[in-house]
Amino acid sequence: MTLMSFVYGFLAILGAFVFQTSLTGINRKVTARLQKRRGPKWYQQFIDIFKAFSKSSITHGWVYDFGAIMALGGIAATVIFIPVAGFQSFPGLDNIFVISYVLAVGMLGMAMSAAGSGNPWASIGVSRALTNMLAYDIPFMVIVFTLIYQHQTGSVSELAALQQGAGIWGWNAFQLPLGGLVAVIALFGMLGKKPFDSFIAPAEIASGPMVEYGGKQLGMMFTLHELMTFIEVSLILNLFFGGGETLWVYLLKYAVLYTFTNIVSGVMPRFKIDQAVTFFYKVPLGLALVQGLLVIFGGWGY
Amino acid sequence: MQVTTKNDRSLWEVIGDYFRANSIWMKWYCTGCGAIEMPPTMTSRFDMEQLGMGPMATPRQADVLLITGYLSTKTLRRVIYSYEQMQDPKYVVGFGSCTLNGGIYYDSYATINQLDQYLPVDLYIAGCMPRPEAIMNSFATLIEMIKKGEARGWKHYQENYDWYKANQMDSLGEVIIHDEFHE
Repeated sequence: MTLMSFVYGFLAILGAFVFQTSLTGINRKVTARLQKRRGPKWYQQFIDIFKAFSKSSITHGWVYDFGAIMALGGIAATVIFIPVAGFQSFPGLDNIFVISYVLAVGMLGMAMSAAGSGNPWASIGVSRALTNMLAYDIPFMVIVFTLIYQHQTGSVSELAALQQGAGIWGWNAFQLPLGGLVAVIALFGMLGKKPFDSFIAPAEIASGPMVEYGGKQLGMMFTLHELMTFIEVSLILNLFFGGGETLWVYLLKYAVLYTFTNIVSGVMPRFKIDQAVTFFYKVPLGLALVQGLLVIFGGWGY
Repeated sequence: MQVTTKNDRSLWEVIGDYFRANSIWMKWYCTGCGAIEMPPTMTSRFDMEQLGMGPMATPRQADVLLITGYLSTKTLRRVIYSYEQMQDPKYVVGFGSCTLNGGIYYDSYATINQLDQYLPVDLYIAGCMPRPEAIMNSFATLIEMIKKGEARGWKHYQENYDWYKANQMDSLGEVIIHDEFHE
C-alpha cells in the first residue's frame, strides 16, 4: 500500500466517472432512437451534472447533508476496490465481501440522507429501494456463493481471470447458464432499470428518494449514481462475463452489457414493489437454488 | 417597478449560464388547458430533449416553472409555494394569452389576469393555445436569453420582493385556518 496506490485509486474514480457518464449520455441517445426521437447530445449528462453543481442549494438539517457526503464517499471508495481488466489500485483487497460491505456504506448514507429530508415521498422511496435490494440480493448472493464454492476463491479478479483463455464458452454465464440468467436479472434490479424501478417512479412518488434534492446535493446524487452503475455493471462483468484481458476489451464488453440493459429497459413497463419481490423470490431465487444444487451435488462445472 | 438591465457577470457565472442554458429541467405545473400541448412537444414528433430539456418531478430539481394557461387564485398560492421552493437560478415561462392579459377569462372572478404582477416572468408565449412549434421556438429563445444572462427574473424577484409580496397578498387575501395545527 504505497502512495501510488492512492494516486491510482483517485484516477480509477475519475476514469469510472468520465466513462460511465459518457456511456449514460450515449444511452440516452439510444433510448431516444428506440422512441423515434433524435435525442440529446452525447455529453448531455455531463452538462446536467455540472449544471446541478452550478445552482444554489439549501439544507434540510445536518443528517441530510452528512448522509449525502457519506453516500458519495462510500460509493467512491468502493470504486477503488473494483478490479478493471485485472488491474487493482490496492492488490489483494478485491474480495466480493469487501466490495459488498463497503457498498453498503454508500447505500445506507443515501437512505439516511433521503430520510433526513423529512419528505414522505422520500421515506416511501427509501423503503421501496431497500425492499428492492433485499429482493435482488438474495438470488444474487446464492449464485455468488455457488461461484465461490466452485472455484474456492472470493477474489473478483481471480474469478474473472479463471474464465479467460477459453473464449466465450469459458465465461460463467455460459458455464452456468441458469446462474448467468439470474445475474443479468439481478443487474436490472441493482441498476433500478425497468421493470424494477418502482423506487424512483417519477409520476407516482415524485422520484422517491430524490424528491427533496436540489442544486449541489442533486449533483452529488447524479455523480453517485454514475459511480454506483460502474460498480454494479463491473461486478456482473467480472463475475459472469470474464472481465477483460485488456482495458479496451473490458470497456467494450462493459458498454455492450450496459447498453443491453438500457435497451431492454426501454421497452419494459414497471412492476409494483410487491410484484418485483414476488418475482425475484419465485423465478431468480428458484433458478439460483437449482444451479447451486447442480454445482454442489451434481458436479456441474467441474 | 423598475427593470434591471445591467449585465456584469463574473467568469463563473458565464460558465454556469452555459450549463444552465443547455440543460433545462422543467416543473410543468398543469394549471390550465396549455398542459395538453406539452406531451407532443416532449415525444417523438418535436422531441424537446434534443435541446437538453426534460420534465422533472419536483420543484427542487427544476429550473423552469411553466405556467400552462389560466391560473385561478386558488392555484396561485400553490404556484408561489412551488416557485419559492425552486433552487436559485430559476425561470418562469407563461403560456398563452391567459397569463398575458386574462385571455377569455379576463372578467372571471376566480382567475388572475396578469401573471407578472405575482411572479417574475422571463418569457411569454402568445397564443390560445401556443402550438408545439411556437413552444419549441420560445424554448430556443429562452436558451439564448439564459446564455446571454438576460433571464434575470429570479434576481428581480429578490430585489423587489416587497412589491411582489404586496401584490400576492392583495390577490390572495389573508386566510385564517381553523384546525388542530393552528391557533
